Amino acid sequence: MQAILLTLVLAPLFGAVVAGLWRNQVGRSGAHWVTIIGVGISFALSLYVLKLYVVDAQPVYNEAVYTWMVSDGLRFEIGFLIDNLTAMMMAVVTFVSLMVHIYTVGYMHDEDGYERFFSYIALFTFSMLMLVSANNFLQLFFGWEAVGLVSYLLIGFYFKKESAIFANMKAFLVNRVGDFGFILGIAAIAMYFNSLDYVEVFSKAGSLADTQIQIWGDTSWSLMTVICVLLFIGAMGKSAQMPLHIWLPDSMEGPTPISALIHAATMVTAGIFMVSRMSPLFELSETALSFVLIVGATTAFFTGLIGIVQNDIKRVVAYSTLSQLGYMIAALGASAYAAGLFHLMTHAFFKALLFLAAGSVIIGMHHDQDIRNMGGIRKYMKITWITSLLGTLALIGFPFFSGFFSKDAIIEAVGHADRFGSHYAHWLLVAGVFVTALYSFRMYFLVFHGKGPRDEHAKAHLHESPWVITVPLVLLAIPSVFIGWYTIGPMLFGDFFKGVLYVAPQNDVLAQLGEHFHGPLAFVMHGVQGLPFILAMSGLLVAFVLFLLKPKWAFDLRVRFDWLYTILDKKYWMDEIFQTVFAKGSVLLGKVLWKGGDQFLIDGVAVNGSAHSVGVLASAMRRLQNGLINTYAMAMILGLLGLVGWFVFK
Amino acid sequence: MEFDNSQLMTMLPEIVMLTGALLVLLVDLMVRDSDRMWPYALTLGTLLAAFAAAVSVGGGSSEIILGGNYVRDAMGDSLKGALLLIAIPLFIYAREGLRKMDEWRTEYLTLGLFSILGMMIMISANGFIALYLGLELLTLSLYALVAYCRDSSKGAEAAMKYFVLGALASGLLLYGISMIYGATGKIDFPGIMQQIAADNTGDNTIFVFGMVFVVIGIAFKFGAVPFHMWMPDVYQGSSTPVTLLIGSLPKIAAVAIALRVLAGAMESLHQDWYMMLVILAILSMALGNIVAIAQQNIKRMLAYSTISHVGFIFLGILSGTDEGYRAAMFYAVVYALMAVGAFGILIALDRKGVVVDQLHQLKGLNDRHPWLALTMLLIMFSMAGVPPTVGFWAKLFVLEAVVSIDMWWLAVIAVFFSIIGAFYYIRVVKFMYFDKPIDDEPVVVGGAAQTMLAVNGLAVLLFGLFPVLVFGLMKL
Repeated sequence: MQAILLTLVLAPLFGAVVAGLWRNQVGRSGAHWVTIIGVGISFALSLYVLKLYVVDAQPVYNEAVYTWMVSDGLRFEIGFLIDNLTAMMMAVVTFVSLMVHIYTVGYMHDEDGYERFFSYIALFTFSMLMLVSANNFLQLFFGWEAVGLVSYLLIGFYFKKESAIFANMKAFLVNRVGDFGFILGIAAIAMYFNSLDYVEVFSKAGSLADTQIQIWGDTSWSLMTVICVLLFIGAMGKSAQMPLHIWLPDSMEGPTPISALIHAATMVTAGIFMVSRMSPLFELSETALSFVLIVGATTAFFTGLIGIVQNDIKRVVAYSTLSQLGYMIAALGASAYAAGLFHLMTHAFFKALLFLAAGSVIIGMHHDQDIRNMGGIRKYMKITWITSLLGTLALIGFPFFSGFFSKDAIIEAVGHADRFGSHYAHWLLVAGVFVTALYSFRMYFLVFHGKGPRDEHAKAHLHESPWVITVPLVLLAIPSVFIGWYTIGPMLFGDFFKGVLYVAPQNDVLAQLGEHFHGPLAFVMHGVQGLPFILAMSGLLVAFVLFLLKPKWAFDLRVRFDWLYTILDKKYWMDEIFQTVFAKGSVLLGKVLWKGGDQFLIDGVAVNGSAHSVGVLASAMRRLQNGLINTYAMAMILGLLGLVGWFVFK
Repeated sequence: MEFDNSQLMTMLPEIVMLTGALLVLLVDLMVRDSDRMWPYALTLGTLLAAFAAAVSVGGGSSEIILGGNYVRDAMGDSLKGALLLIAIPLFIYAREGLRKMDEWRTEYLTLGLFSILGMMIMISANGFIALYLGLELLTLSLYALVAYCRDSSKGAEAAMKYFVLGALASGLLLYGISMIYGATGKIDFPGIMQQIAADNTGDNTIFVFGMVFVVIGIAFKFGAVPFHMWMPDVYQGSSTPVTLLIGSLPKIAAVAIALRVLAGAMESLHQDWYMMLVILAILSMALGNIVAIAQQNIKRMLAYSTISHVGFIFLGILSGTDEGYRAAMFYAVVYALMAVGAFGILIALDRKGVVVDQLHQLKGLNDRHPWLALTMLLIMFSMAGVPPTVGFWAKLFVLEAVVSIDMWWLAVIAVFFSIIGAFYYIRVVKFMYFDKPIDDEPVVVGGAAQTMLAVNGLAVLLFGLFPVLVFGLMKL
């Protein structure tokens, strides 16, 4: 087992190293072959592991493969914790990654830095696998930072482009805020549990549930709330939750395949995975769960609204990702971890599909990404069109599509939840369904229907993308459509996550739902009678009318509600707020500290002072080293006298 | 003194080395090839054979032969093994460097092998006579090697300085040995130990005086302050392939004799000698790290860096515990590995007519040769003690040793100076990665040297991830 797991995790790393360090030797085709084979091996093994756990019901595997250091009771280890959750995550990650690898062969065909790109995405796959297979917080943190690093590198892949550099710096800094919370959370765990091992921490969690700590002054805080909120702040950074979401739309500066892999399907779901993994901790803090719920629902609704006014094809999909991540987070906040993970899985497929399809359109349009310039593309790119339609239907939660099951389950679960903020969250999520359908089909109609591309030149060159691009689209479309139907039973209401996720009995909303669950068909039948379905259909309809039938109405509406349009177009001025308050503020603070603290105190007194004295000392001592042998001999004799004198006079 | 032929088996590694060194001389006389492939191959073969011999006769309980002069024990086995293994990359780099300088002659191989034989004798010395003989075999070979480039006046000057100061140190050492012999009537280490234990007169002035002189002799070999002054001049004056030899392996032998004399013969006088080492250690760490900052010449910088590492090795020895002794051995082996790599990189950067020994010549190395830059980065981080490289563990183990005898303050001082030291190591990294190269000539490295350097750099990382691979072999 250990050998299988090591191969599974290390195969992409091997590919990354070969493609990265020996890029001149292996060349372009070598780079994509070695990484595709590496990830392919991982995918095959992931399926095997998934089979072992799901079909053969193997016991949980939890072992350290390598201990780096044991210090004062804390063990620094690399280890694997494999259960159904990990097996599912590994299968999803490697599948999407494999699709993206193959797709990249076509997408990046004419780009420089081809080998570098493959090296990065394989490295990303390795990091993500490390993250999901960890059995301790240290490795989790390693994977967490490593995916962040690769994301940074890939957003800035076109490192000569000003906006790309800005975007990757932004992503990096915003994630730093989240990671700061995350590492404080891990530090708190290390401090109070004196262990970094999941199992050990979870088993001790109960006994520390009522611990109160004093952070400053006399106010006492519940330890669990502090830990969980801190950990969740990490998740907010990585999973782009308001107000730390601002980096994700900008990350679209990177090439499209990584938008699909990292900024839609896998890395941004790390936060959801982490919170689910920590469910034994989160269940002990009602406050933290309420916080999670409110943040998630807020993100789900308000970022979706922004999606309606975006014109860049990738940004629309990016805002849709933000909104869907909000749904997942809200599910976690309602203690419906399984529903969040279920949506994570279905979303991974259809969102990767949508991104890759968008990339295919972008290639067709010769890197024009403005949807207002598109239209009628369905006539030229049949496969892209059909798969996009399937992905869009899955996204809006059309009955029988995978997204329908997962989204409906989340909304129902949040509706059943009974904690502070659950009503607020429920209504936002329900309203979000309308918004989702509206922006999704707005984009769909503008891109694929209506009159052909405005630019005659572009029109003349439009044609379907090569097979390396369309095959992944088709392969991703299959699970986007079907996987919900087949997996909703076991994942949400069965015992797929039994023993993996912990839900306190009084919080178990999914169990309440499960009492009324009689197979997927009944679920659909029940769903189509509900408000969310009606909203989805009306969203579709409104999009159809406004953007296909009567585009003028859309324009009139925009003029009439100019204030609303401005708010959305400016994205609630979040970027500006961050820019002025945080960026400028920290620059200002930095300047004050720089002038007062740094230049005067640290540089002037501490560093330069000590460096100066070190420098003076160094040159003084250097002068002793004058190259004359008699000086040297004298030093030896003086040393001898000193040591002898020590013994005589001591 | 009874003599039994079967005892010779015990010292098979030394016999192999001696035979090999002589064969190299003979082969060079008979086979005339300008590239000297035969002597070179024979040298590497000798090292491997000696290593195999050391492995095959090693293990088991210790054996004392040759009338009590020679001992084979666990400590000797591990240090000899490390010595012979690290010698292999050493000769590979040296060949690369000497060929670039058009100085590729068999003398380097012969003298190198003899110096290693000297070190092996030092490691296995069980009495002052063998110790002194081994030491002289080592240093005489090194004196000649420093002057290896006959036309270099700097080399001749360095050799002269080294010789005079070395003679002075040898004189001090011999004087100390004679006082100890006078005080105890014994010349072998176990004998001296018994004599100290048996002595109950309470007056051991002569013995302690002798001990001070012996410690100074050892400190000179290490290059501890204030007996360090030969090092910067010799490191800089010698050609890099010679510095490579002087700056790396002899520290392993020096640790061996320090442990044999202090931890072996004079263990019961720990209270008397450890304070001396504390003083030497603090002075070495302070002076080494501070003066290194002011150096522009990499070889001088590495000389001062060596001085500071010696301070750390002393920390392990002065703790007087088995763990401390093992930590000191580990440190010396790790140091040798890092030093070989660092000088190896300088050699790799050399080219015909251009010797790389200035810091600014490393600027922009990453643009010119990323692999070499990465190797150098690993080695510099390791020397600075940054995890996860092996240098981190070396420092950690010696610090643990002094902490275990409740000398917190000494550990704090050591950490303080290693922070100062981190500056000049990381400055090298900064030069390589963040500055523009000042010359654009391509770096030409031979295949063997390049491969070995990559292995060397990765070993620094690998042993950092799995320190037990090396530390587990350090036995007493």
